[in-house]
Amino acid sequence: MAAPASTAAPDRPAELRHRHLLDLSSYEADEIRYLLDTAQEFREVLDRPIRQVPTLQGTSVASLFFEPSTRTKLSFNLAAGRLSAETVSLSKSGSSVTKGETLKDTARNVEAMKVDVVVLRHSSPGAPHFLARCTDSVILNAGDGAHAHPTQALLDVLTMRAHIDTFEGLNVSIIGDITHSRVARSNIRALTSLGATVTLCGPATMLPVDVEDAMDVRTTTRLEAALEGCDIAMALRIQMERQDEGLFPSTREYHNQFGITTDHLRHHPDLLIMHPGPVNRGIELTDAVVDHDRAIILSQVTNGVALRMAVLYLLAPRREEA
Amino acid sequence: MSSDDRIKAQLMTPRDLGRTLDRMAQQIIERFDPDDPSPPSETHALVGMQTRGVHLARRLQRRIETQTGQEVPLGLLDVTMYRDDVRLRLEQPEIQTTRIPFDVTDREIVLVDDVVFTGRTGRAALDALMDRGRPASVQFLTIIDRQHREVPIATDIVGREVPTLPDEEVRVHVEEVDDEDGVWLVKTPTARRSADNAR
Repeated sequence: MAAPASTAAPDRPAELRHRHLLDLSSYEADEIRYLLDTAQEFREVLDRPIRQVPTLQGTSVASLFFEPSTRTKLSFNLAAGRLSAETVSLSKSGSSVTKGETLKDTARNVEAMKVDVVVLRHSSPGAPHFLARCTDSVILNAGDGAHAHPTQALLDVLTMRAHIDTFEGLNVSIIGDITHSRVARSNIRALTSLGATVTLCGPATMLPVDVEDAMDVRTTTRLEAALEGCDIAMALRIQMERQDEGLFPSTREYHNQFGITTDHLRHHPDLLIMHPGPVNRGIELTDAVVDHDRAIILSQVTNGVALRMAVLYLLAPRREEA
Repeated sequence: MSSDDRIKAQLMTPRDLGRTLDRMAQQIIERFDPDDPSPPSETHALVGMQTRGVHLARRLQRRIETQTGQEVPLGLLDVTMYRDDVRLRLEQPEIQTTRIPFDVTDREIVLVDDVVFTGRTGRAALDALMDRGRPASVQFLTIIDRQHREVPIATDIVGREVPTLPDEEVRVHVEEVDDEDGVWLVKTPTARRSADNAR
């Protein structure tokens, strides 16, 4: 028989107290849970023969991607399409941005074409916040510099939730270039507010100073210490261009010290592996780990669409506001 | 019952509701085709509409099983994604679980709801079902039909027809959610138009 818990009226404040999704720092745990619960229900749409519902008919979503992206851009556009919203996208190359148009002017022009929601990926931290101040559209941050990537963190915790009973007491280690990672920052916020314990691991050059006090996390420069007692290990992509900055000696050296291998999986028989992608096979994770049963990287991708459907559904403007 | 409700009449006692469900289960069973070599558990299905329709459908399922030994499969349907007023509301309605663990194509489906009013929820439910396949037929079952249709949606199995006024609402309560069984006619301070159910 079906689980009755999901059919009873749940006892929670079913609302978001935000107009935009800029970062997770102002989102409370109950709002994060509501987003995850809603995403869980949208997950069902993706398993059907017709993967589309008419919910957001008449809503238009513009994705402005001023930085390269595969997953996030496809995922947002698919999510909008599955909800029957109309989508337009713009990438940096081939747009007026290359002619020197400012972000504000680009966005105001897009808005003048009556767009309801703007999805923004930009290399400058705070770019979405800036847009939220100077346009009337709902702004969804799809990654701003090294600052925040809220939908990635939300889809990560959504993926974790399918494998665990509770975030209370859950140990998650994030391994890699923490300093330059918006994924890490948003995940730390989401995980700690849900009650999980977060350990950050990487070369000392890639660990932010004072982060332990600022974000209520543990840090270590030893992978073994990060994996001890750990339930979920999230490896971050090493940005090859950083190699020139002298943050780590070589990718081989990095792999030897911080790469997760099948030996680690043998030593930690319940450990799950996550990665926000794109994976550098053989650096953060060995080939065998990427393709291992306990690597849940592809469910992260599937959940990404459901999560972004939930975000669009809950934040798309009502008609009287438009 | 919401605290602003003023009860005008009790339309069904717990016993009335039980007998209504008995009769409705009987009506569903009567439509089983005795000449069909496939058992009703393979040719029929109940789909309960969130929230109370799910519990009513579950009770019908148990009654049918007691009488015929057939476990007709049960689906849960939340039509929020298909509503025509999603973007007109101030608060985005909460999405509840949809779980239809069978192929709807070629099945005889009984759609179960507590109250039918404007018919808009029924319209949304039909769209939601059709997106999953092509049922052999869909019958609409409801405990109360309170009339005032705004779209041409008909009911097939009805517990009771109750003519209502625009400022009235019908509350169907089930033990599983409301701690009591029964149906009440209430007067609300502000009647919500275009809301089939008091959620």
